[in-house]
Amino acid sequence: MNVIKVEQLYKQYQLGQVSTGTLSHDLNRWIHRLFGKEDPYEKVTIENAREKSEDSQYVWALQDINFEVKKGEVLGIIGKNGAGKSTLLKILSKVTSPSKGCIKINGRVASLLEVGTGFHPELTGRENIFLNGAILGMTKSEIESKFDEIVSFSGVEKYIDTPVKRYSSGMYVRLAFAVAAHLEPEILIVDEVLAVGDAEFQKKCLGKMKDVAGQGRTVIFVSHNLVAVKSLCTAGILMHRGKVAFSGSADETVEYYLKSNASELKPSVTFQDPLLAPGNEHVRIQSVGINPELPSITDEIEINFSFWNLTEFSSLNLAFDIIDMNEEIVFGAGNTLESANGICAGRCIIPADLMNDGTYTLTLYLQTPDLRPLYSINEIVHFEIIDRQRNYAYFGKVNGAVRPKLKWILS
Amino acid sequence: MSIKKETWTEIIHPKRNWLDVNLRELYRYKDLILLFVRRDFVSVYKQTILGPIWLIIQPVFTTLIFFVVFSRIAKIPTDSIDPILFYLTGITLWNYFSDCLNKTSNTFIANASIFGKVYFPRLATPISIVISNLIKLFIQLVLLIAIVIYQTQLNGASFAPNISLFLFPVYVLIMAIMGLGLGIIFSSLTTKYRDLSFLLTFGIQLLMYATPVIYPLSFTSGKLHTIISFNPLSPLIENFRYGCFSEGSFDALGLVYAAAFSIVVLFFGVIIFNRVEKNFMDTV
Repeated sequence: MNVIKVEQLYKQYQLGQVSTGTLSHDLNRWIHRLFGKEDPYEKVTIENAREKSEDSQYVWALQDINFEVKKGEVLGIIGKNGAGKSTLLKILSKVTSPSKGCIKINGRVASLLEVGTGFHPELTGRENIFLNGAILGMTKSEIESKFDEIVSFSGVEKYIDTPVKRYSSGMYVRLAFAVAAHLEPEILIVDEVLAVGDAEFQKKCLGKMKDVAGQGRTVIFVSHNLVAVKSLCTAGILMHRGKVAFSGSADETVEYYLKSNASELKPSVTFQDPLLAPGNEHVRIQSVGINPELPSITDEIEINFSFWNLTEFSSLNLAFDIIDMNEEIVFGAGNTLESANGICAGRCIIPADLMNDGTYTLTLYLQTPDLRPLYSINEIVHFEIIDRQRNYAYFGKVNGAVRPKLKWILS
Repeated sequence: MSIKKETWTEIIHPKRNWLDVNLRELYRYKDLILLFVRRDFVSVYKQTILGPIWLIIQPVFTTLIFFVVFSRIAKIPTDSIDPILFYLTGITLWNYFSDCLNKTSNTFIANASIFGKVYFPRLATPISIVISNLIKLFIQLVLLIAIVIYQTQLNGASFAPNISLFLFPVYVLIMAIMGLGLGIIFSSLTTKYRDLSFLLTFGIQLLMYATPVIYPLSFTSGKLHTIISFNPLSPLIENFRYGCFSEGSFDALGLVYAAAFSIVVLFFGVIIFNRVEKNFMDTV
């Protein structure tokens, strides 16, 4: 059963200073409407492309959005900044209205675009729980019945009768989140509240979302955190420039998004002609490749090397460095490759559960068997290792250059 | 095709009908309205030493200033009513109206940060303002009664209430409706045209002089009298004074006119507010 159905949704925004020319535009609009004509400023021509400078003062933030959400589904909405995710969320939350199209909803909606909306600094924690709860749509009796639970969840029992302006920012957020966590809507809309707060808070936040989803309620979740989307969501939508670029299961959507972003990467290179290949009079590179092209941290990563040996040595030494985004060398490795028919080739395998997620480049060194340098090249390949799935509640970046899976002896 | 038709509890459309005001939803949020009232009241006087006593100090000082300027210096008559009581009755009622109008007129701009993050019926905010001003009015009435007792017992001022004083809650209600109606019209328009908020501050001041607050309606004559009679606030204040002092006459027609005017203003106010509330986040 569908609980949300979005049909041909459009949203237009005005660019630049809103006050300039509004009166004349309003009049023009009004005259057009009076004669039953189309709104002169609502023509569907300009894409949601903020980087392009267009003459028009109006931009379509959303264009022709159609999707459905089933009961009990956890829908993740992903996309780059400016793709229209927040606009869609605002319309779903009724903070602003669409320009065209409609959204059909079945059930009570609560949206969390922010935690602690309407908190008043002068009021005590207790008073703010009631105020914030009521703003989020709870009645007084609902809040009363959950009051003790909210207070103990927040962990600020001692300060509940102190004005919240005296709270530390951590206490403030915990109290605010505690109220939000005890909403019991049929449909919950969550913006990237996970981006704020420490690991502890994120853990609580996501744990609560999992609970909500587990109770058969519907969740719409907008995030940049692909790991969180893959781990929590069942369905996904990818937005690109105000349109739905892909929709499917959460895994498929994230995968599609990663692949479409991977165009900037260069996981493998192959050269047909030795004369045009990088190298010098001693060696020329035929190919270097990462397999799979878009590995997970849990995958074994194979690196294939092959190069033309133009020297009289029957074997050559190959070494490489893996370099991360901070230009730090994660590790270096090397070996001697035998030459066959003038070509040296070999494969090297990085074990699974060793690398951290991130993008990396590879620097290649080719040397004689007695390690005199012949040729070296930076950034011969550029690849990304992705953290796809976690089954614990923290979805932030794990620190460190590497992320080995260690053997633990628990006593 | 599925045979079972899907049912929806809510449909979000680009535009509503003109008269599509969801009063049931507003009623569902009554707890929120009361909590807003509480918040407004509590937050204003926290960390002040005198607290709500400020509510009493304001009209006392205004009355004293009016007494000195208009009664002693300008020598504007107050019929046979004691000047202090004359000004205080006028100010008490006038302040309620002007506070309602002033505070509701920036509903959208003052609450943009909340309105931008969560949906609730936006009318809850101005309605809560009108109610919290009612509490203020009540406190100021207590002051009025105290001063009436003081002036009659110690200074021999006359106070002769009649049966029409029981209509006082009606006067307040009409003022509340008018203040709310005008306030939400202004708040809707100022989201786009900020100039209006400057105009309003100025306008309220002018309006006070066009209302018999500091002079009795009987003091005016000719064209001026006609203009001031057209002010729907005039019969409210005049009738209130008549109820207190039995001076002059009861203006029943004026009361009906004021009531009709306020309802029309509220009607248009709600319509305009309703149109603006859906999209104001894009322009504010």
